[in-house]
Amino acid sequence: MWVAFKWVLKRDLMLAVRGRSEVLTTLMFFIIVVSLFPLGVGPERETLAEIASGVVWVAALLASMLSLGRLFSSDYEDGALEQLVLAAHPLPVLVLGKIIAHWLVSGLPLVLLSPVLGLQLGLDGETLAVLIFSLLLGTPVLSLIGAVGAGLTLGLRGGGVLLSLLVLPLYIPVLVFGAGAVEAVRAGLEAQAHLSLLGAFLVLSVMLAPWAAASALRISLD
Amino acid sequence: MNWSSWSEFFAMGGHAPYVWGSYGVTFLLMAIEVFLLRRRRHAVMRRIRRLVRMQRETNE
Amino acid sequence: MRLFSKDFWFQYASPKTFYPLAGKLIPWFAGAAVILTLVGLYIGFFVAPVDYQQGNSYRVMFIHVPAAWMSMLIYVVMCAYAALGLVLNTRLSDMMAAALAPTGAMFTFVTLWTGALWGRPTWGTYWVWDARLTSELILLFLYLGYMALRSAIDDPRRASRASGLLALVGVINVPIIYFSVQWWNTLHQGASVSLTSAPTMAATMFAAMIVMTFAFWAYAIAVALYRVRLIILERERHARWVVELAEQER
Repeated sequence: MWVAFKWVLKRDLMLAVRGRSEVLTTLMFFIIVVSLFPLGVGPERETLAEIASGVVWVAALLASMLSLGRLFSSDYEDGALEQLVLAAHPLPVLVLGKIIAHWLVSGLPLVLLSPVLGLQLGLDGETLAVLIFSLLLGTPVLSLIGAVGAGLTLGLRGGGVLLSLLVLPLYIPVLVFGAGAVEAVRAGLEAQAHLSLLGAFLVLSVMLAPWAAASALRISLD
Repeated sequence: MNWSSWSEFFAMGGHAPYVWGSYGVTFLLMAIEVFLLRRRRHAVMRRIRRLVRMQRETNE
Repeated sequence: MRLFSKDFWFQYASPKTFYPLAGKLIPWFAGAAVILTLVGLYIGFFVAPVDYQQGNSYRVMFIHVPAAWMSMLIYVVMCAYAALGLVLNTRLSDMMAAALAPTGAMFTFVTLWTGALWGRPTWGTYWVWDARLTSELILLFLYLGYMALRSAIDDPRRASRASGLLALVGVINVPIIYFSVQWWNTLHQGASVSLTSAPTMAATMFAAMIVMTFAFWAYAIAVALYRVRLIILERERHARWVVELAEQER
């Protein structure tokens, strides 16, 4: 089982490295969305710092949602997904491997880039650290929940827009507590409660989402 | 009795647009839902009958 | 004794036997809905006194609160049917879930609409980002997502199983979403209006609300049964009994 998990993880990472441009596109999208806000709202430092956490988080939500289409679709088209479903190994474990690989190439870069964008929007010191940490805890949850939606909409016409309608409402708790953690620090409070809840979401979704995504794939490939 | 005249009833103490706007839209939506369901039933029945006719023609 | 036998219940899980049963039930629920609505409106407009704080605008509550209750109840019932369909593989329960969704979405919209029209004279604004309002808006998105997924899949078997799974994921998430919205709201208290100080309600006001709730409940059942009959006809259009039925109705 462990071997199969590692194999899936390695294979997906290798494919992602080969198709670098797609990973970069997600990252560019993230940067552009965040950069648009000062142009729309105005360059006042005070205002920007006030909305910074929300802006970065919403942009991360959208970027991670846009990259979901890639999670299963190429494997679906070349038939590799069917092989996985029919394999002797438990499907949820293999799906978890794919999700982790997906997060490593589309979620982790967002986290690493976020301090730069946070600085641009006038966050500093502790708020910046909390922003990074909340993204580190929250973006894997986005990939996990998103995998269920990606499995359900596999191969459907207009799948991309449909996926956003299915997945975005489920992202709300992560957004609330992720952006809330930064807000709390800005207001001079502790961010610990928010971050622990984000951690709880992560644990919960690691336990449930691979299983649900695996059933979704089974339904879609049936 | 709350109202001394019909015009007072319709005025709703100055809140007429809000009260009648709420009730109007609610019952309008319900009516539309029922109307759409009835139309869908006609369409379904017509479709089934057409299917039967087509089958009969191919059999003959 | 017949009531306790398994076969008695399972025979109604077959679309063919359920179709005429639903047909017999619809007029009763539709009639109840009309009568209860008339009674509820009479109590609401002619018996219940004017509220000394809100004036007559509070009469919107007689549809707003029942619609809000129904929107949540229908979602739970829909998810229960969807889960049943997914676990037991009964086609009828999935059809019931599909039949309930549009009516649930309609009540959710009515809740938001009437809430806005009540909020304007009472709070001075059509919309506040209050926890309850926000949750209701998200509920509307969940309904729309369920319906959109269903209509995007052509294969009925995949459509029913996929939407069933989505409903299950949704119902697990609803408490988490509600809780997070509550938390978010208390964090941003300053911006919102205090809504907690509800004035004590006169008994007649409460009566109007309850009667309207039952009216909406009967309406929802009647409409859902009507819609499930249509879904049965569409799904079973090649079955012999459906063909005979269509011939008779000419």
